[in-house]
Amino acid sequence: MSERISVDDVAKVARLARLDMSTAELERATSQLGDMLEHFADIDELELDDVVAMTQPYHLVNVLRDDVETPSLDRDEVLAAAPEVADRRFKVPPIIGLAD
Amino acid sequence: MSTARADASDEAPAPSPKTGSRPDAASVAGERDNWQLIVGLEVHVELATATKLFSGSANRFGDEPNTNIDPVTLGLPGALPVLNRQAVELAMRIGVALNCTIQPCSFHRKNYFYPDMPKAYQISQYDVPLNIDGWLDLPDGFRVGIERAHLEEDTGKSTHMGGAGGRIHGSDASLIDFNRAGVPLVEIVSRPDIRTSEQARQYVTELRGILVAIGASDAKMEEGSMRVDANVSVHHPGEPLGTRCEIKNLNSVRSLGRAIEYEASRQIDLLESGATVRQETRHWDEGDGRTHTLRTKEDADDYRYFLEPDLVPLVPDAEWVNAVRTAMPPLPAARRATLADASGAPVTGEAIAVVVDRGQDAYILAVAAAGGDAGRALVHVKEAFADQGDNPVVPAADVAGLTRLELEGALTATQAKAVLADLVENGGGDAAGIAKAKGFEAMDTGALESLVDDAIAANQGAWEKYAGGEDKAIGALVGAVMKASRGQADGGAVTALLQSKRGE
Amino acid sequence: MSAEHTTAIEIASGVRAGERSAVDVLEQHLAAIAQGEGAIHAFNLVLTDEARAAAAAIDAAVAAGNDPGPLAGVPVALKDNMCTRGIPTTCSSKILEGWKPPYDATVVTRLKEAGAVIVGKTNLDEFAMGSSTENSAFGPTRNPHDTSRVPGGSSGGSAASVAAGFAALSFGSDTGGSIRQPAALCGVVGVKPTYGVVSRQGLVAFASSLDQIGPFSHTVADAALAIEVVGGHDPGDSTSIPRPAPDVVTILGDGVEGLRIGRITDLPSGADPDVVERLEAAFDALADAGAKVVDVQVPAFTYGLTAYYLIAPSEASSNLARYDGVRYGLRVDAPDTNSMYMATRAAGFGDEVKRRIMLGTYALSAGYYDAYYGKALKVRRLITDDFNRAYEHADVLLTPASPSVAFPFGDKTDNPLAMYLCDTYTIPSNLSGDPAMSVPFGTGAEGLPVGVQILAPALGEPVMFKVAAELERRAS
Repeated sequence: MSERISVDDVAKVARLARLDMSTAELERATSQLGDMLEHFADIDELELDDVVAMTQPYHLVNVLRDDVETPSLDRDEVLAAAPEVADRRFKVPPIIGLAD
Repeated sequence: MSTARADASDEAPAPSPKTGSRPDAASVAGERDNWQLIVGLEVHVELATATKLFSGSANRFGDEPNTNIDPVTLGLPGALPVLNRQAVELAMRIGVALNCTIQPCSFHRKNYFYPDMPKAYQISQYDVPLNIDGWLDLPDGFRVGIERAHLEEDTGKSTHMGGAGGRIHGSDASLIDFNRAGVPLVEIVSRPDIRTSEQARQYVTELRGILVAIGASDAKMEEGSMRVDANVSVHHPGEPLGTRCEIKNLNSVRSLGRAIEYEASRQIDLLESGATVRQETRHWDEGDGRTHTLRTKEDADDYRYFLEPDLVPLVPDAEWVNAVRTAMPPLPAARRATLADASGAPVTGEAIAVVVDRGQDAYILAVAAAGGDAGRALVHVKEAFADQGDNPVVPAADVAGLTRLELEGALTATQAKAVLADLVENGGGDAAGIAKAKGFEAMDTGALESLVDDAIAANQGAWEKYAGGEDKAIGALVGAVMKASRGQADGGAVTALLQSKRGE
Repeated sequence: MSAEHTTAIEIASGVRAGERSAVDVLEQHLAAIAQGEGAIHAFNLVLTDEARAAAAAIDAAVAAGNDPGPLAGVPVALKDNMCTRGIPTTCSSKILEGWKPPYDATVVTRLKEAGAVIVGKTNLDEFAMGSSTENSAFGPTRNPHDTSRVPGGSSGGSAASVAAGFAALSFGSDTGGSIRQPAALCGVVGVKPTYGVVSRQGLVAFASSLDQIGPFSHTVADAALAIEVVGGHDPGDSTSIPRPAPDVVTILGDGVEGLRIGRITDLPSGADPDVVERLEAAFDALADAGAKVVDVQVPAFTYGLTAYYLIAPSEASSNLARYDGVRYGLRVDAPDTNSMYMATRAAGFGDEVKRRIMLGTYALSAGYYDAYYGKALKVRRLITDDFNRAYEHADVLLTPASPSVAFPFGDKTDNPLAMYLCDTYTIPSNLSGDPAMSVPFGTGAEGLPVGVQILAPALGEPVMFKVAAELERRAS
């Protein structure tokens, strides 16, 4: 197993990403992610101090829209696709155990 | 993000609040001396746009649940945000009004899971916000620095079923309405310059006045269109700053003050007993007057901020910024100064503060422009126009007429109030005509003097005391004159006559 | 599978002129589907009734003297990650199984307005993550040229639907090569336009700064028409370029006289000899047609894979966080919301999706951002700058589209990294945002199709299509 990432790291990441994983799954993921990160270390040899990060392929600025109302989606159609509904709202189990 | 999550896990009993008002930490003497209170305020303001920040659904309070929804609002697969021009305009007005530098900026994703977060990330501004480095002056001139004021989207609203008092604790389900999700917010972050709870209250009040004046928001704490979180810490001056706690669920200016005072005392008690203050977020409970742990720092999520790839940078050009600057209306501080100049009333006084807050200062200036007296008008408007809003029904010229009669001495203060009541009830009228109809005539000096002489004669005891130097005895004499004149005598004139008869 | 296929252009012109019936055209394609789909599994859903209604409406419009549009009566298949109102859009994932969007993607609206007849939603690697369509939660798609082999991915279903004659035109999405690579493996044309030319509104996001929608077709001309129909500014997409669709139809006959065709001399090795041979033949063909082959270097090209596999999963980890069981899709019941999230996402996502979500979450997390995501964004800049320098000396560049011809099922499923290498040549164009397309150019091992990839500078679709048309004319 690669040194690049530990099972604890992966467990923490799985929690952040809200993915329930068994110990076996975590170990397998650690091995695979470790191999990947090992491979991705090729960029470490590059000289990047003076390079500006690129986030956008085509340079656009100030894309804005007018403050004009557009029709809402049909509530019935939307709620029909919802897993659980009560009183015209989306229903979820008790909201505990979440960090916000 | 400032909707409170009342997950009230109770900790060890907090110090019980002492009876009576809790003094500010800085002012408590004895064992509490030499503590300094440090407060920073984060205020989230809902912008008064027609539509949401990144989509065209209505930005409207009070509609049926889930009727202002669109793919962006619901975080549907394939939804893309597009920035609302008017939200940027209002955010820039806030920046100008708070003396900020307005700069080219970008949007980031703040990633975390919560049922009222439809995308499981909030689009906000992170390291390059729209407005930075401003300030807000309190009415007495004390300057509070503004670190930043940035744009971000609001979350949906959850209601909790089955628990006590609608709290999450003990609930068996929650219901989510996404009408509010995506509503534009500006988050205004002050520097930790505030030192007393009173300053905090003034900061919020003044900020509200500014937001309303520039049309950015109706900024009502009770309705949630302005939400205030307080960061509170204490330390001894000269020593390092203390650990701060964030206080949420402050629904009024009064709660803000009470919560800061409670929290300061709580922290001082802890530190003086040798314990430490834990860095955490606390929930203010108006009912029991205490703050309670909401979540500790260890629970905090890693937000994994990164630049929002679905949006492009916002670069407000000089033309737009100048247009915002030029169109800025006078702010409350300037309006108070103008009104103080016009009326002669003290600029930090309550009358001026109240009238400007109501937006009725322009009206008083109109009364003056119509030939009336601004000073008298200020008193009348403050006392009788509480329900009139910023565009009173009574024509300014009519109030002007009333104040002219007062200055001529044709009406006593009491009589003027009666005429004013009439004007308000009927939405206007001719003050002189009303006064005449009510039989209010100015008493000429002769008739007045004769009444005063009668009163002296009928109240020899009081007169001798007054003439002998007991000023308080004048009350009985003035009262007798008022009674005899059925309230038509002018109290000030009566007093003056008595004084002159005493030899002054 | 027949060697001759009716093109979209032929169908549309016939239908518009009243010489062909849209209903007849559709029935021919439905018959092909009925006969061949069982072996191929190109579709998650065939829209028989809806398509018949749409085709009938087209014929009625023509009969009434109206013009239904430039794609009149053309049977079109859509990758099942494009929102179609009222029609399940699953991204081949259990977490969206059966979900019906309440709105159409912009591309879908434009296709309908152009008279296209949507015949079905095609299979893909789950959430567009993969290079073989083996990551679909609903079973793989098979390559029509050899059903023991993959069609490529992630848009394997769309590529196969055209190759098998089920649709005259189809659309996929390309984030790291997911149109071009399956096009090459299935022997059809596949185009990734310049980032921002085709609206992403309604495309289920995988990696927002890389995703683009593009067409699959039998001919370069059909692909050109498709780009003109679906491309062009969309105010509903903030990253949409504020220009009309590029002008690619009229230039197809221009030829390549005097054009400079770049050969990247420092291209990463790893392409099979049969693929390399086809690429060389392509250079020769273009030189023969009057173009000039020039040597260029793109030194950072080889780092594209790493940059991509840090950037794409990072954006994906955020884009896929919305699948939480609250508002739509799968929900696994649990006593509290957090447990519900964990159980729903564990059950709803396949292994590859989970892997990329975790990789992306890690690359963005506190303390690791600079080393991974932040660094990858800088590598992206290097690659783009290298391309821009190369385009000072060349009008287009040519590379393989895929390192190999279609490979057998199961060949790479045990080793995620081996699968990732399929995208070696396609990824850099996604990073730079420049357009690229794959054109069939003969066959390689086992008689399987080989595609040649043409790369062009930003908004260089016209020159790219010119070269593509020439290669098509000279394909052996």
